[in-house]
Amino acid sequence: MALAFDEFGRPFIIIKEQEQKTRLRGLDAQKANISSGKAVARILRTSLGPKGMDKMLQSPDGDVTITNDGATILEQMDVDNQIAKLMVELSRSQDYEIGDGTTGVVVLAGGLLEQAERLLERGIHPIRVAEGYEMASRIAVENLERISEKFDFGLSNIEPLVQTCMTTLSSKIVNRCKRSLAEIAVKAVLAVADLERKDVNLELIKVEGKVGGKLEDAELIYGIVVDKDMSHPQMPKKIEDAKIAILTCPFEPPKPKTKHKVDIDTVEKFQTLRVQEQKYFDDMVQKCKDVGATLVICQWGFDDEANHLLMHRNLPAVRWVGGVELELIAIATGLSCLSFSALYFICLLFIWIDSIKKFFYGSSTVFFFLYLPESNVINVFEGGRIVPRFQELTPEKLGKAGLVREKSFGTTKDRMLYIEHCANSRAVTIFVRGGNKMIVEETKRSVHDALCVARNIIRNNSIVYGGGSAEISCSIAVEAAADRYPGVEQYAIRAFADALDSIPMALAENSGLQPIETLSAVKSQQIKENNFYYGIDCNDVGTNDMREQNVFETLIGKQQQILLATQVVKMILKIDDVISPTDY
Amino acid sequence: MAVDRIFKDEANEEKGERARMASFIGAMAIADLVKTTLGPKGMDKILQSTGRGRAVTVTNDGATILKSLHIDNPAAKVLVDISKVQDDEVGDGTTSVVVLAGELLREAEKLVAAKIHPMTIISGYRMAAECARNALLHKVMDNKEDAEKFKSDLMKIAMTTLSSKILSQDKEHFAELAVDAVLRLKGSTNLESIQIIKKPGGSLKDSFLDEGFILDKKIGIGQPKRIENAKILVANTAMDTDKVKIYGARVRVDSMSRVAEIETAEKEKMKEKVQKIIAHGVNCFVNRQLIYNFPEELFADAGILAIEHADFDGIERLALVTGGEIASTFDNPESVKLGHCKLIEEIMIGEDKLIHFSGVELGQACTIVLRGASHHVLDEAERSLHDALCVLSQTVNDSRVLLGGGWPEMVMAKDVDELARKTPGKKSHAIEAFSRALVAIPTIIADNAGLDSAELVAQLRAEHQKEGCTAGIDVISGSVGDVAQLGISESFKVKQAVLLSATEAAEMILRVDEIITCAPRKRENRM
Repeated sequence: MALAFDEFGRPFIIIKEQEQKTRLRGLDAQKANISSGKAVARILRTSLGPKGMDKMLQSPDGDVTITNDGATILEQMDVDNQIAKLMVELSRSQDYEIGDGTTGVVVLAGGLLEQAERLLERGIHPIRVAEGYEMASRIAVENLERISEKFDFGLSNIEPLVQTCMTTLSSKIVNRCKRSLAEIAVKAVLAVADLERKDVNLELIKVEGKVGGKLEDAELIYGIVVDKDMSHPQMPKKIEDAKIAILTCPFEPPKPKTKHKVDIDTVEKFQTLRVQEQKYFDDMVQKCKDVGATLVICQWGFDDEANHLLMHRNLPAVRWVGGVELELIAIATGLSCLSFSALYFICLLFIWIDSIKKFFYGSSTVFFFLYLPESNVINVFEGGRIVPRFQELTPEKLGKAGLVREKSFGTTKDRMLYIEHCANSRAVTIFVRGGNKMIVEETKRSVHDALCVARNIIRNNSIVYGGGSAEISCSIAVEAAADRYPGVEQYAIRAFADALDSIPMALAENSGLQPIETLSAVKSQQIKENNFYYGIDCNDVGTNDMREQNVFETLIGKQQQILLATQVVKMILKIDDVISPTDY
Repeated sequence: MAVDRIFKDEANEEKGERARMASFIGAMAIADLVKTTLGPKGMDKILQSTGRGRAVTVTNDGATILKSLHIDNPAAKVLVDISKVQDDEVGDGTTSVVVLAGELLREAEKLVAAKIHPMTIISGYRMAAECARNALLHKVMDNKEDAEKFKSDLMKIAMTTLSSKILSQDKEHFAELAVDAVLRLKGSTNLESIQIIKKPGGSLKDSFLDEGFILDKKIGIGQPKRIENAKILVANTAMDTDKVKIYGARVRVDSMSRVAEIETAEKEKMKEKVQKIIAHGVNCFVNRQLIYNFPEELFADAGILAIEHADFDGIERLALVTGGEIASTFDNPESVKLGHCKLIEEIMIGEDKLIHFSGVELGQACTIVLRGASHHVLDEAERSLHDALCVLSQTVNDSRVLLGGGWPEMVMAKDVDELARKTPGKKSHAIEAFSRALVAIPTIIADNAGLDSAELVAQLRAEHQKEGCTAGIDVISGSVGDVAQLGISESFKVKQAVLLSATEAAEMILRVDEIITCAPRKRENRM
């Protein structure tokens, strides 16, 4: 094992307590890694595609999750093996970057590993395999670029977007009403999208779910839904043209941060203190009333007395609203949202530090800066302002909303607050209903995927055709390119082409078709007609022309899949020594 | 090289057929468990808790049974969850939804055994569910326009719901109670304002609806026991020494006499508060928090009835009933809305003294007093009544009504069968299976009543071939009868919810091909 000798022949120890560690080296290590990577891919393989099956996961606390989403499955799987953890990371990074195709990326990585195993058995060095994969992935990505199509849509023509979202949703349990959900997702994305800059801030879209009702009841609300109700049962349940004061200070006497004591030693002091205390509440409520607020939303609780005073003065209030929701409300009810490129903004900051203040309507406004790294843009929400102290409450700091109403559900006293027709309609909420908790959770995940896809198209309107057609086309291109490479890499490149086939193969398998037959038929069709629209006909429509079936995927999503999968496989192949503590 | 463990210790994985089998069996076991409670002749279950006291519950309510079970099978948990949602959403049909989902899975298992892919079954089930829903929509009756008829509809629904519960002996009596109570709500679904007070003693028949409001509290000593034309102030305020809320305030004195002074000041403060309350011109004061002896004494002196520690719901209801507002500050007596009622008096139910508010301004809330031989009976009666109230309040909003007694299932089954005949391909097997699952419900109802289910269901099916048929199972006489005449009705909303959630749940379980169970979280032994 890891025992070395110095020039005098004395042994010295490299690894501490090595008898307690297991160690795998060389080809054994690679093979063990490959087989565990494959095992993870095998779990997800059956979830791929519109006819993919779901997985039922039971968490350590006994909660049940039923899902089809690769990232969610892997996340909750309680994985112990190191390589399996790498695969989990892989799917997670696809989820963060693209939001969709989390299953596909793992299946592809699994295919690549499987092919690599064969090459290793033939005595090809892992590094050469890795290099061959790298070259092949470049060819594939270029090929994707070549076969991609630009895709026109506009605010009036959302049909193409809806179609793409439907492709994503069709593999989920919600495919019963994929049409309506896809429309909701697209409308939501368009509502917050900045079409000129081609960017979408998904944080402005909130996906809320509530158990009960049916899937068809899902709705898009141009506003915010908060799972809270009015603080006093007798406050009005519906407010039109609300002016909202958003507070982060409690309706309680102030608690200065510095330690202090108020000592009472005479009756007079006791009485003044009492008067003072009552005045506090009175002042607070009066302040809100004075600036013309018709609704108070507060992050903290209210004292009983304050609550009654609010009710008394006919000022409805909501308490214990979470920080994230509060920000969303502030953004939604505010006036405008300005976006700058980061560079421009920094210039602004340095050059016109003073004039910047004037630029935004005056002095003491609280801004929200939201930096989007991927597009290098800073969003400045000069919005409804969160007010940290009562003294700073002014009329222009109030948010505005056309309608605020409380809605109750079912037979229990569940109530939610809808804030609609906001001044800044750029924050929207998708409200999902479903027969049980698992359905609601799964629907939320599916809607999230659809949102991501819509966003990706807005960012980059290139698409490729789905149903495995893109993979088949890449496979053909890579195969053809392989012969041009001298050296051992050629084999690796060919293996890469075979691995790409694993996705259409899994699709066909899951749809109950003969995988090898179907795949070879489609492949020959693509080559014969030099046409890359042909894919696997999963839904048994009768044609395998994906253009007719309207099955699209985003170009960046596909490219990312191939690149990420290749990277991880390269990483796994380069490992030749695994040292881990033994269990016992 | 063998695959290493991928999962952590104790986590395990079941795949393919095994996973499907495990979830089918789990789900069906749950369905079978509650199956025997279905229908008017369904049996009850005894549940014994593992907690302290080994409390016993006797119930017929699906949701209650399932809620109390400790289940390990994930598929079974899905069913428990749908039953819970059904309870929250419409209140009734909690057993039916589980039984239907169980039957759908039982049929699906046969189809899977016959080599039909689960996805094909799912798409068949979806088509069938849509078709069944349309069939119901065609047959539904809506009597919203006609108040008289609508009320009789409500009456029928209440009786149908109650007939499967412990209250079935006195179902007419309770149906009347429930309908009355719900109509008082005037369309709101907030069942909070119907208060149910349980008092052991007497018989179920002695239960009654009180138009006024009953508060389960005693009147303070030395205060009037009866007030006519009461003006009520409903409050939520501290009536003890009234703490100073300014942070960091504390009393520091240097002599005993000062302590006495402060104490008097405190007393003064309290007295002032009481004076302010009295200045509202009230003769009844109800507080959510405690009223200490000193203020109580002051109230007694002023001839005001002071009730302390009324729970939060009680306060809200009282505010609703009397039309007053819940006050916490008392500086502006002129603008606080006071509640009014004609008479407050102490009444006796059984051996307990209660405070009764009658002749209230707004009749939106009311109280139902349940009497019965034991706590178990009362608890079950409350659950049954709650179910009935839920269904009724939902029906008031969505007034579409269907006939009961297995009639809707037969209507759906007939249409679904026709769809199966028209559909080409493997899906038609699944659609057919769906209709069989629907028919299973009247079968179970008949079986539970000890009737010859095969004979009855066959007769029923034949009857339903006729146009405009209203035949259903008459469990009482044990034959096929005209449910329209028997006055057995069900709410459309409940039936629809049963249909859709059961299909959704079955679909969900069918789609699963792998179960991954994480290692149970280790609980630290704190003992």
